[in-house]
Amino acid sequence: MAKVTIDDITIEVPDGTTILQAARMIGGHVVPPAMCYYTKLKTSGGYCRTCLVKVEQGSEKDPRPMPKPVASCRTTVMDGMVVRNTTSPEIQEARAGVVEFLLLNHPLDCPICDQAGECHLQDLSYEHGKEGTRFEFEKRTFDKIDIGEKIQLHMTRCILCYRCVKVADQLTDERVHGVMNRGEVSEISTYIEKAIENDFSGNMIDVCPVGALTDKTFRFKSRVWYTKPMYAHRDCDKCSGKTTLWYQGEDVLRVTGRKDVYGEVEDFICNTCRFDKKLTKDWVIEGPAEIDRHSVIIQNHTEKLIPKEQVQILPNLPGVDFTKKIES
Amino acid sequence: MGKKLLLQNIDVPGINTYEVYRKTGGYKSVEKVLEQKNPDAIVEEVKKSGLRGRGGAGFPTGMKWSFLAKPEGVARYLVCNADESEPGTFKDRYLMEKIPHLLIEGMITSSYALGANTSFIYIRGEYFYVLRILEKAIKEAYENGWLGKNIKGSGYNLDLYVQVGAGAYICGEETALLESLEGKRGNPRIKPPFPAVAGLYGCPTVVNNVETIAAVVPIVNDGGDAYAAVGVERSTGTKLISASGHINKPGVYEIEMGVPVEEFIYSDEYCGGIKNGKKLKAVVAGGSSVPILPADLILKTAAGNPRLMTYESLADGGFATGTMLGSGGFIVMDETTSIVKNLWNFSRFYHHESCGQCSPCREGTGWMEKILHKILHGHGTIKDIDLLWDIQSKIEGKTICPLGDAAAWPVASAIRHFRKEFEEYVNNPESIQDVKHYFNVHNVAEA
Amino acid sequence: MKNIEFSEETLKTIREIINRYPEGKHKSALIPILHIAQSEFEGWLSPEAMSYVAEILNIEPVEVFEVASFYSMFNLKPVGKCVIEVCHTSSCWLMGAEDVINHIGKRLGIKPGQTTSDGLFTLKTVECLGSCGTAPMLMVGADFYENLTLEKVDTLIDACKSSGKSSSYLVDKMLG
Ligand SMILES: Cc1cc2nc3c(=O)[nH]c(=O)nc-3n(C[C@H](O)[C@H](O)[C@H](O)COP(=O)(O)O)c2cc1C
Ligand code: SF4
Ligand code: FES
Ligand code: FES
Repeated sequence: MAKVTIDDITIEVPDGTTILQAARMIGGHVVPPAMCYYTKLKTSGGYCRTCLVKVEQGSEKDPRPMPKPVASCRTTVMDGMVVRNTTSPEIQEARAGVVEFLLLNHPLDCPICDQAGECHLQDLSYEHGKEGTRFEFEKRTFDKIDIGEKIQLHMTRCILCYRCVKVADQLTDERVHGVMNRGEVSEISTYIEKAIENDFSGNMIDVCPVGALTDKTFRFKSRVWYTKPMYAHRDCDKCSGKTTLWYQGEDVLRVTGRKDVYGEVEDFICNTCRFDKKLTKDWVIEGPAEIDRHSVIIQNHTEKLIPKEQVQILPNLPGVDFTKKIES
Repeated sequence: MGKKLLLQNIDVPGINTYEVYRKTGGYKSVEKVLEQKNPDAIVEEVKKSGLRGRGGAGFPTGMKWSFLAKPEGVARYLVCNADESEPGTFKDRYLMEKIPHLLIEGMITSSYALGANTSFIYIRGEYFYVLRILEKAIKEAYENGWLGKNIKGSGYNLDLYVQVGAGAYICGEETALLESLEGKRGNPRIKPPFPAVAGLYGCPTVVNNVETIAAVVPIVNDGGDAYAAVGVERSTGTKLISASGHINKPGVYEIEMGVPVEEFIYSDEYCGGIKNGKKLKAVVAGGSSVPILPADLILKTAAGNPRLMTYESLADGGFATGTMLGSGGFIVMDETTSIVKNLWNFSRFYHHESCGQCSPCREGTGWMEKILHKILHGHGTIKDIDLLWDIQSKIEGKTICPLGDAAAWPVASAIRHFRKEFEEYVNNPESIQDVKHYFNVHNVAEA
Repeated sequence: MKNIEFSEETLKTIREIINRYPEGKHKSALIPILHIAQSEFEGWLSPEAMSYVAEILNIEPVEVFEVASFYSMFNLKPVGKCVIEVCHTSSCWLMGAEDVINHIGKRLGIKPGQTTSDGLFTLKTVECLGSCGTAPMLMVGADFYENLTLEKVDTLIDACKSSGKSSSYLVDKMLG
């Protein structure tokens, strides 16, 4: 075990825990934002630099500070480490800089973006960015491309977090998309427009922190905040079958994995569950999804829900009476 | 004439061939280490020598070697960094082209010290003809029993290969180099783990510059103490300097550490003074990444002492008034040089070479280039100069690899020392002469 | 378009290269093989050529494309017979690279990145090639031309024209 102090709060964590994970164990404001790290994806993190923190004391044994800010998602704690995140003005300033860099070439087309309302970049700029842009040059743009029938890639919005490539690498057996070119003109693309046809490819949509990869079967059907998320599950031979259904009225507009506070899915789900099961009767509904991301999304929830008769209440979820809420 | 430890035989006709190289005492260090059979003793000698990495960072080589993990049954690798792409640097090419066997000898001796049985020289793709020279020399070394199985009956096996790059400055960064050697995009790795623990193919690996490896030869031959006796302070031995720009005698010079900068620029033994009798304006002393210094500060430290060609003296005054020895790429600019345009040129370079993994470098380098381009063409404002300063400060120290710093430092130092010139571009755009355009900034096809 | 297939002899070289690396690490051979492919298949890497290389190494085509598009020496579009690559970085710039580039551009009627309509020349600007002490410089194929003057450049262009020399540089040398 290692004792680590983040923004003056001390916690004991298992050896090998990263600073980011330790901060998440404490929770609340000490948690650095993470745009590229994803717990379930090996070797993720390190790219976006939003999670930078200051290590004021390396460890009990070697108390020297680290000379530069470090990516908390890729730095493991040492016993006696002292870390500063929100209590370091230097880090706040650095983070504002990173946010500005991430938005530099971003189209800021939120009004027409499917991700609006659940976009991590929106949240990030709201919380850590500064107002206005100092970038007065033309932004780079890319054409939209389809990756298979169900997924659209809007590269112009991409922040190159590499998550989707890691999904393809680690979850599917044949990777057909990747990072092309170098530097500022790097892009996610496919090799000669080959379609991604793979049971788990749809998870790329869930891991994308912005609106670069979107579900074509959902596009423009609704704004996220007009839909109501419900936990549901089904017997699936490919995945856990545990999902979130996004309802508008009686229609399931979209199926996604279940996401935690940090926007990470509990389980990766298969494409059948995601794209092909869009009827309430395909699912056992568990009840309203607990979405407590601090995002704009929650504030906009409408209370209008699906009709009672379609809801199957799970007998083994004691003390939760979903019907009440639904009736109101 | 200063003492030479690497290039003393460079003018011997045929020194690029095995026969001549051997006649001048070549491969003696290999004989010595195979006879002594004590790899750790070589590491000790290298430590004693005070040799510091010649690739740019100046990390003590002996210490780096002693960090190499040695788990049982796991291969270890020595990889020579011959990527040499830092603008203003061409010493490794010179050494490899003129005296290839020196590098190969160093590779064998060093591989033996580290217990590596396969070693690579990673050379930039553009040095294709040098690759051919090295391959020929390696073939000769195999034929003469210096490489392969059971070298000279010692029981030691070593295979040495040259791996070719394909045009990417970032592959000089050691972990990007390893990625590239593994057949991948040259994206620097996130550290830790360091190569000493998990490098090539996940095995413990040492990456060293060409010149560093070559220096191991005299260290083994004459002992670490003899090497440390040359030079001053913690800058021991000799250093190859690539001198270019507005000087009378550009080229590669092996200097004893400690030569005064003034002597280096003006004496006929080295650069031979400024071309066309012009005045010195500024110097970039260690490759494009290090801070640029105006004439007065490169010749003398802020305290008024003569500046010497050593790690310490060049760094005297920190970034406020000093710079770095870096890779030894010594670029001299005369009084007619536009610092603003030179900076734009450097910024374009870093923009072009950023691997694009991390956001500050990927986005920031392009932004800085665009602002400089704007200033250069007379459309800049004072605010742009401040903005440049702010951007570089937000890149420096926030990136995965030091390319971010390398892109930031030239900007910071140019503004620090030549702010007036930037203001002149802003306030008096009419006065700007010589803004030539060669059609476009980037290749049309890339845009 | 030439048939996308290596000769038996080339394949032998490629096998030799692959054998340098430990088992399972044959992807290391990718960059050397791409160089060979580029020089054998008319100086550029077509999607077909890249797929072919992927097949040889038994990796996904996208992996080849990712790598090929990262490195500036790989041409992903057709190029002229002679690719003239002029360094435009620091020391070369100080010593007059712009004049060289402008001169070549004017003579050939193309801009950097373009190919002449007769398919003979492609002009490219490149970053420092490690020839700063002999600046300005340019590269055609694997050959360095240093201490350039405009006259030297003219002679070179004329020589390229009359010899019909192709710069798909590596073939003979890589296999030598
Ligand atoms: C962007 C970048 C480019 C580099 N280029 C080179 C290079 O071309 N040659 C080199 O030897 N080292 C280069 N380095 C330094 C290497 O990362 C590494 O420190 C060096 O090869 C270690 O060898 P040494 O200790 O012998 O100097 C570069 C570093 C960075 C960050
Ligand atoms: S600093 Fe630049 S070159 Fe280095 S990893 Fe980041 S983007 Fe790549
Ligand atoms: S989340 Fe740590 S660098 Fe992106
Ligand atoms: S600057 Fe042109 S070769 Fe180095």
